[in-house]
Amino acid sequence: MLRGRILENKLSSLYKAGKIVGGVYLGRGQEAVSATLGTALIQGTDFFAPLIRDQAGRTAFGEPLIDCTRTYLGSVKGPMRGRDGNIHRGRPDLGMPAMISHLGAQVSVVAGMLFAKRLQGTLAGRVGATCIGDGATSTGAFHEGLNLAAIERLPLVVVVANNQFAYSTPNDRQFACADLVEKARGYGVGGFSVDGTDMLACVSVIGEAVRRAREGGGPQMVVARLLRLSGHGEHDDGSYVPAEARVDHYGQDCIEVAMQQLIENHFATAEEIVAWQDQIADEVQRAVAQAQQEPVPDPYQEDWTALSTRFPLDQPISQPIFS
Amino acid sequence: MSVTYIDAIREAQEKLLREDDRVFLYGQDIATFGGAFKATKGLAEKFPNRVFDAPISEDAMIGMAVGAAIEGMRPIIEMQFADFSSVAFNQIVNQAATHFYRTGMPIPLTVRLPSGGTPGSGPFHSQSMEGIYAQYPGLVVLTPATVSDAYHMLLDGVALDDPVIYCEHKFLYRWLKAKSINGDHLPIGQARITRPGKHATVVAYSAMVHEAVRAADRLVQDGWEIEVVDLRSVKPLDIDTILASVARTGRLLAVGEAFPWGGVTAEVVARVTEEGFHLLDAPPQRLNARDTPVPYHPKLWAAHRPTPESICEALRKLLSF
Repeated sequence: MLRGRILENKLSSLYKAGKIVGGVYLGRGQEAVSATLGTALIQGTDFFAPLIRDQAGRTAFGEPLIDCTRTYLGSVKGPMRGRDGNIHRGRPDLGMPAMISHLGAQVSVVAGMLFAKRLQGTLAGRVGATCIGDGATSTGAFHEGLNLAAIERLPLVVVVANNQFAYSTPNDRQFACADLVEKARGYGVGGFSVDGTDMLACVSVIGEAVRRAREGGGPQMVVARLLRLSGHGEHDDGSYVPAEARVDHYGQDCIEVAMQQLIENHFATAEEIVAWQDQIADEVQRAVAQAQQEPVPDPYQEDWTALSTRFPLDQPISQPIFS
Repeated sequence: MSVTYIDAIREAQEKLLREDDRVFLYGQDIATFGGAFKATKGLAEKFPNRVFDAPISEDAMIGMAVGAAIEGMRPIIEMQFADFSSVAFNQIVNQAATHFYRTGMPIPLTVRLPSGGTPGSGPFHSQSMEGIYAQYPGLVVLTPATVSDAYHMLLDGVALDDPVIYCEHKFLYRWLKAKSINGDHLPIGQARITRPGKHATVVAYSAMVHEAVRAADRLVQDGWEIEVVDLRSVKPLDIDTILASVARTGRLLAVGEAFPWGGVTAEVVARVTEEGFHLLDAPPQRLNARDTPVPYHPKLWAAHRPTPESICEALRKLLSF
């Protein structure tokens, strides 16, 4: 959670300083949900398809910070090599597919990864998970993907971070059911609700959902209630979020809640948390500095082909490169 | 003993299932029922747990196939009709087609699209989508016109590491027969001279190859020798074979069954004009379906798509210059 928050604060500063081209999308306020899921998954065994507010979950799953800074800063050494940016990154060979911008689209992809393992006879004990927001529950892709996973009884966990706003659109313009978790029943999948600002509740509920999927209980859906504590991206000040939402229970910062919980339960002392923050700030600084020193893509070195197959008869028309 | 175009597609899938553990089939009504056109008849019994009925969820079918391909499988997805792939458009063009460029990991999935018109099928069971998919980087688009190509190009397509859009023409399914499944087995990306000639070149693909050959046969009585080039794959496009043909004939007519705005025929004419303008003795011509939805009534349908008559007329115009 802390790594996600401190890294993203740095990304926000870099964006505002003009060092990052394109967008910066933060998971501020969603770290408890995301990190809990990432922690419940086992890299090398499980699959995780994060969405745009899952820096904390990515880190918890095992993505190194340098993958993030390289992708945001366009380093050719990053997993996307400047061909895609920001949160549109992944390591599909390591069980973490790269998201596309079209919401809900990763649900069926993770289902397919699990389906492959069933056909290969190695599904037992494995889980696949993906995160979406309240807005993505309105897409056809979400419906089709979750329904397919339910029919195939795949060990898929879909975590819905209901952060109350899809970009600027509030819940009452997104869905008409009283609670999104009601949808789980309709699909025939397990349904859980959790206070997404409460780390210990997330650990308990999301952990249980993952456990049930892993033990053969079929797909599980967790709806976490919280508030997005930033704009949609750093270009957006989120001024449409009413003041009441910011001050109600779900407007509380999950990081502050988590720190209190750690201290009250004697998991860590205030001094230890400060030391973690210093250490993480140093890690983040090094990851940014390294990515900044690395080369950016060179259009003259690109092969400009979208296929892995090289067809001998199909030579692309040579085009001059102006830069 | 003869083999039909749809037999070839079924045989190819059976061979793939038999020889490659990574292959599985997923599509609506394809298991016990054997598919709306029987392209998978008997395969579910022979290969239990390798042939699956899909829910009516084209988007999720392709998303699922992408995920399975990431994990080492080679899924073949049957769309019940090419027209319904519009529901899966996002997963095809944004997920599957971008994956190799973005991540470096290719996605070896094959989407079978029962394409093109048949009498009475109407606006939503008749479409030809090849031009739309060819427009997007990252896809291989195959349009077999012969029984042998239907067989070998499906095998070769599944063997590719990239996503393949395999457009199989419904009109050819049972109408087109051959003595054997064996043919010249050209590689993907190479066009074929189906009928040699010297006065004009018709570039066609899929069912339009047969309409073009009929038109060429009719023009023999007027003394015209028409060359017919079968593209076989619209992407990659074998521009070399097209240019070599135009170099011999000096005249080009591109024929396709898809809608007229843009598309494969426009690409062929644009490429020949760009790279072979000096070879042309007449303005290159295009003949496509009309710019309306595909009509239901057989009389309207027959006048909507290119026919031997309309191809002859276009050729006579081309030869008059």
